[in-house]
Amino acid sequence: MSLKRIDLLICCGSGCVSAGALKIKERFHEVLADKGIANEVNIIETGCMGPCDYGPVMVVYPEGTFYKHVKVEDVEEIVSEHFVKGRPVQRLMLQEEERLIAAQKEVPFYQKQVKVALANCGYIDPESLEEYIATGGYEALGTVLTQMKPEEAIEVVKKSGLRGRGGGGFPTHIKWRLVHDIKADQKYIICNGDEGDPGAFMDRSLLEGDPHRILEGMMLGAYSIGASKGFFYIRAEYPLAIKRIKQAIAQAKEVGLMGENIFGSDFSFDAEVRTGAGAFVCGEEMALIHSLEGERGNPTPKPPYPAVKGLWEKPTVVNNVETMANLPTIFLKGAEWFSSMGTETSKGTKVFALTGDIQNTGLVEVPMGITLREMIFDVGGGMTDGHKFKAVQLGGPSGGCLTAEHLDVPVDYESLKERGAMMGSGGVIVMNDQKCMVNVAKFFVDFCVDESCGKCPPCRLGLKQMYNILDRITKGQGKESDLDELLRLGETISKLSLCGLGQTAPNPVLSTLRYFREEYEAHIRDKSCPNKVCTDLFHFSIDKDRCIGCSLCSRKCPATCISGSREEKFTINQVDCVKCGNCQDVCPVKAIDRIPGMHPEVVRHAEDLAKSEEE
Amino acid sequence: MKTLADLKKIREKAQEEMKLRGGNVRVKIVVGMGTSGIAMGAREVMKTFLEEISNRNLTDVLVTQTGEKGLSSMEPVVDLIEEGKAKVTYGNMNPDKVRKVVVEHIVNGRVVSDYVVATGD
Repeated sequence: MSLKRIDLLICCGSGCVSAGALKIKERFHEVLADKGIANEVNIIETGCMGPCDYGPVMVVYPEGTFYKHVKVEDVEEIVSEHFVKGRPVQRLMLQEEERLIAAQKEVPFYQKQVKVALANCGYIDPESLEEYIATGGYEALGTVLTQMKPEEAIEVVKKSGLRGRGGGGFPTHIKWRLVHDIKADQKYIICNGDEGDPGAFMDRSLLEGDPHRILEGMMLGAYSIGASKGFFYIRAEYPLAIKRIKQAIAQAKEVGLMGENIFGSDFSFDAEVRTGAGAFVCGEEMALIHSLEGERGNPTPKPPYPAVKGLWEKPTVVNNVETMANLPTIFLKGAEWFSSMGTETSKGTKVFALTGDIQNTGLVEVPMGITLREMIFDVGGGMTDGHKFKAVQLGGPSGGCLTAEHLDVPVDYESLKERGAMMGSGGVIVMNDQKCMVNVAKFFVDFCVDESCGKCPPCRLGLKQMYNILDRITKGQGKESDLDELLRLGETISKLSLCGLGQTAPNPVLSTLRYFREEYEAHIRDKSCPNKVCTDLFHFSIDKDRCIGCSLCSRKCPATCISGSREEKFTINQVDCVKCGNCQDVCPVKAIDRIPGMHPEVVRHAEDLAKSEEE
Repeated sequence: MKTLADLKKIREKAQEEMKLRGGNVRVKIVVGMGTSGIAMGAREVMKTFLEEISNRNLTDVLVTQTGEKGLSSMEPVVDLIEEGKAKVTYGNMNPDKVRKVVVEHIVNGRVVSDYVVATGD
């Protein structure tokens, strides 16, 4: 037994690591050694704790003290005050209005969350098999292997109501049943860790923070369908996730949790990791399978479904990381427990990556059926800098925008789909009233144009056309007929594309057209970007009453298009302005404003140019 | 590992290692580590507790610390908190007294009344 009296859990999720968590960890080792109490403190590197906005974060047990925004310089104080003298450092704690929040469990960010898939993430050392076992790990596998037939296991998943967490929401038990019922000499199970939505990091955090849970989930699935071999398909941009899963596999093999006759049953299993090169389309299951086979990652028509002809033509189940993460707990606590959470059609919890213009960006897990309002304002802490909520993009580039009128919509597969968004894999981008929705739609279409594999023309050609139209609109060259053309293209691409990427790629455009049509119209008719985002459709202007003639703007202007004097004040030569915004940033008296719409001088200049070209 | 019983063995051992993060804790020892406590030897007291508990393999006992407790004249001061029982505060502690408290109070369940300076909250 050790002499340890303090467990120091340092969040080493990607967010905290980039904020310096590893340097802080090193510093703790140094300071503890200096003070001679290194043998009393256990330093544990955990996966993502969730509240990335407070990073680097850490929790000190046994009290459960939560520290945020810790810097290398703070380490000495934490050790000498808290660890030696038992006086927690209050200035590093979360201050909510008048109240000082000491314990992690009291942090408002965690209040409405229910952690199932993320239960151990940020609580255990992901590189320790023992710590995973201490939380009940591999008990579900042992019980299922020794006491249940595969059919019974599938029945449990059916009763739990678990649906695929990767986006589509296909009931997990149906996939399993299909493969289970097919007779074949070899079947495969694949874990889809090819997460690629901008702003999404759910799967990454799960793989990094609790790799054994995913491994156990995979083995539960493998036993149920009769697969003896599994693959983790993880993108190469996630080196830590790859390292941790590989390590977990090695550890499980070493103690006999993986290999021949696991738990004395006749179930044998082996798994390995394959890395993807980072193409978005490889999250699509057929493309993923082809990539695994060593072929080009292109989707192929379905049927045949992977359940019939999957990896190397063998029956295959592809499950998302988060789907697998739910399985051990479902078997441990029972299907009824799981299905008691959520709505009629969507059971359990869902992990979301909250990003955008909100206070608490980070990784959250909430029960299905929670409203968007609760998720954005209670868990997410509301908008930053006093701005107003405008829209939320759910489901990444495949999803759609919802607006303030949808804030009370319950978050489940059906409710979101009805309103033109989708659950997706769980990326949530919250936008404030400063955002231009035409520009947002253009960003997502641009992403899909890049990521289109090029196999089917509706996606390859259609999306490019949509992008060109959007680009034209944001440059003030839009036509009245463009909106109908966008709708026509979007609907055609949705209907005719081969795979999910193309079928859902027009969603951001279609949903913003549905809810923010007036913004598109302002761009086209008034040649004006109401939120002053699209550079061609707004201009800068210096207010002569406020200008003090300091000439700072003029000196910082990269296009040297600001001129004037102390007496005359300064003016911008609109034709040469590149809209970089430097002048506005440096002005000491805030005399420079963004004005929506093109400047008359610029319009006249463009007309003159056109005329001279004609001549 | 071939059976659920093997898994249970590993789990119990690992849970013991993780008990600081909340688990099966019967007795909690809180050592007052304010300036006066440290000056009077609270660190030695805490170290002795940790060693004794480790030597005796008491898996359900947790040692932690707190700041100044206000009883400066009786430092080092230690609280012993047992689930469902009134808190016992020992004062003027030293390593020898600690050893006695571990044997008598924690192992055998008899409060060492000679060293007690307060009980209850």
